[in-house]
Amino acid sequence: MRTELGRVRGLGSAHEGAHHWWHQRLTAGTNFLTLVWLLASLATLPGYDYLTVRLWLSSAWVAVPMLLLVASIFYHFRLGLQVVIEDYARMESRFVAMVLLNVYTAAVAGTAIFAILKIAFGSQA
Amino acid sequence: MASKPAIPHKRPRSPHAFRGPMQLHYRWGPAMTVSIFHRMLGSGMATVGALLLVWWLAAVAAGDAAYAVFLDVFTTDAGALNPLGWIVGVGLTWSVFQHMASGIRHLVLDTGAAYELKINKLSAVLCFVFSIAMTALFWLYLGVKA
Repeated sequence: MRTELGRVRGLGSAHEGAHHWWHQRLTAGTNFLTLVWLLASLATLPGYDYLTVRLWLSSAWVAVPMLLLVASIFYHFRLGLQVVIEDYARMESRFVAMVLLNVYTAAVAGTAIFAILKIAFGSQA
Repeated sequence: MASKPAIPHKRPRSPHAFRGPMQLHYRWGPAMTVSIFHRMLGSGMATVGALLLVWWLAAVAAGDAAYAVFLDVFTTDAGALNPLGWIVGVGLTWSVFQHMASGIRHLVLDTGAAYELKINKLSAVLCFVFSIAMTALFWLYLGVKA
């Protein structure tokens, strides 16, 4: 029977472990930038009907920041929900929740990115 | 063996948040409120917010009819927001501003600053002041513009 400290003592540093914490901070900063852009853009839109929104989203000046926003925010929420799961779920339920979290993130991110690209590369409405 | 204490229940206990009918063993403060709101709103935006964003983008990509379905859920026939539209719209913008404010507070705390009781409490209260003020300003701007 060895303690956890005894098992790792003398093995040296893992040279990683802070990346989750650091990436959450980095994406917090990029979330801030992209969300300020999105809120300001949405607030100054002339209208919210189909043609106005589609024309707005079909511009590269909107599609690219929107893609960056999705990448930043979805990565950030995956990291954040991982912490929530690790706090409340144990053993098998934690494993299942983590798999579902990754599947969910990939599914919504994939759909969002496809939708943005379809609008941006599509013919003008 | 040590004998049992004479008055077992008069001794200090660990500060559990709830015991009995929602009993608190310490005074609830703004820092705790801002902390749990950060987690609740973050989780809410990651699920409800992300799904709504994707639905909105997919509806625009799918075309006029799909976008009309999206609009119909949140607006009246006259084009104004319906009650669900108001709840989701104001709820999401307030969530963004509140999570943003407490996130910035976290970045300051990460540097080791602002743990003194007074400034810690004040910064927690300021998060709510900021988020409510920004949400009001955002929707007032939309209302004035319309």
